[in-house]
Amino acid sequence: MKTRSYLALEGISVTFPTRKGPFTALDRVDLSIEKGEFVALIGHSGCGKSTLLNVIAGLTKASRGVVFLDGEVIDRPGPDRAVIFQDHSLLPWLTVEENVRLAVDQTIKSSRAERRDWVRHNLELVHMGHALAKRPAELSGGMKQRVGIARAIAMNPRVLLMDEPFGALDALTRASLQDAVMDIQAKTNNTVVMITHDVDEAVLLADRVVMMTNGPAATIGEDLRIAMPRPRNRIEVAETREYNHARAEVLHFLHQRFSNPIDQAA
Amino acid sequence: MLSTANAVANVSHMPEPATAGGEGVVITLPPPAVATAPSKELPVRRLPRIVEAAGEAAAAILPTIVVIAALLAVWQFACSAPGSALPSPSRIWTESHDVIMHPLKGVAFHGIVPSVDGGDVGIAVHILTSLRRVAIGFGLAAVCGIGLGVLIGQSRLAYRALDPLFQVLRTVPPLAWLPISLAVFQQAQPSTIFLIFITAIWPVILNTAAGVQAIPPTYRNVGRVLALNPLQYFTRIMLPATVPHMFTGLRIGVGMSWLAIVAAEMVQGGTGIGFFIWDSYNSSLLTDTIVALVWIGLVGFALDRIVGWIGRRIAHQA
Repeated sequence: MKTRSYLALEGISVTFPTRKGPFTALDRVDLSIEKGEFVALIGHSGCGKSTLLNVIAGLTKASRGVVFLDGEVIDRPGPDRAVIFQDHSLLPWLTVEENVRLAVDQTIKSSRAERRDWVRHNLELVHMGHALAKRPAELSGGMKQRVGIARAIAMNPRVLLMDEPFGALDALTRASLQDAVMDIQAKTNNTVVMITHDVDEAVLLADRVVMMTNGPAATIGEDLRIAMPRPRNRIEVAETREYNHARAEVLHFLHQRFSNPIDQAA
Repeated sequence: MLSTANAVANVSHMPEPATAGGEGVVITLPPPAVATAPSKELPVRRLPRIVEAAGEAAAAILPTIVVIAALLAVWQFACSAPGSALPSPSRIWTESHDVIMHPLKGVAFHGIVPSVDGGDVGIAVHILTSLRRVAIGFGLAAVCGIGLGVLIGQSRLAYRALDPLFQVLRTVPPLAWLPISLAVFQQAQPSTIFLIFITAIWPVILNTAAGVQAIPPTYRNVGRVLALNPLQYFTRIMLPATVPHMFTGLRIGVGMSWLAIVAAEMVQGGTGIGFFIWDSYNSSLLTDTIVALVWIGLVGFALDRIVGWIGRRIAHQA
């Protein structure tokens, strides 16, 4: 029997019933991710990236195939796979601290005071220690997503799943959050799967960029390793050969080999 | 540097002769900019805050008062003829003076504990009797309505099974339930409470269900990722997310129960504001009826505002 990776997707297919008959979103996806690896999933809209992430999260059931995490089969959602949603999905009736607190209470078993300190520690980590008593409505989009990140990492997850975490933010805010994620990642060394549309984001943040073919029946088209040393500085790496090479490869995949299905139709 | 220093020096020099105020020539000089600043503030001195708030309140209420005064004047003018079928405001004031001025008639106070003695009681006592019935019937409707609303909002099967039934039943007018209610409960008190219940429950159910169905899927996903158990999900996510819808339903419900109770008490007799109206009509005391109408309107308005206020408070806190 072969040894499995920390996170192993084996032959994942997802078929949704629709009025026009079954729709196959994903077709036999195999993906192996090692512990501490940062993997970016990239592909055009509708290629099933989110579906794949939801299968790992346990929010969507695979029609066929199995997901193993640390040797265990995953068949339901759980706090060991924290999700950072694109729309941050903070609960608006709770304060910043209470939002993170809710997640910590569900996952960390320790004394009240220790949990409180842990909540605050994680909010400091994303530089939101100043806004403990604020409600989400009082925060900017970037700040909300910082709290979303704090909530996820405070759960001490075995895998951190990010569903286009910065998709709704402007370019400058996005850059500062990417830096925050790299900073945190250097400290916590989480295993991360991140969905993105942004080629630069994928290449800058990830150890591996996994490119998906267009749906329906999408699968993995290419798996590119980004061997740039860390810590990475967005200005310095932009001039390196590795960065530009990786970027060119991804662009080539997305815009020539598997260009946007809408452009093809036109 | 030098020029600014000069300017400052000039400015600070200028007012000095003016304050000294002796020589006529100096006073006629146009005052420098710095000197005008404080004198500019003086005339626009703001009114004390209480006066300002009172002014704003008056501005908000004044149109209403004017309209009421105008209506009363028209009413008085139109119904002042001796044989007029509708009593004029001044006639109401004279003929129903006792009802207006002694709402707590028949209530004896032993210390602070009130007790009602005798059958001829004031209008406030009737109102309180009605309010107690509404409190019980509406309270039951709120609890059952929220429970059923959560059920059909959460379960598609329950929705399919029960929603058509609710949609049909909610259109039945409250009074249509009265014969059934009387037949089943045999007594006035429980059948009135049932009538309130059956009137108020539908908007509570349907609005709660709509609220539960409108919970954004991401909130559900947060609950699932955090592996909240059903009770935690209910208290931490569903309830706070649904409170605004729930209170819309409760507000409509309390209004409808107030509508229903008057009708129910009119038919059944005994006590309560509905009975008071029926009794005054039978005694040809139309002026008393009009006084009761004003009371009912004000109490209904207050109920609506109270439920709305509680809803806002909870929504802020949750």
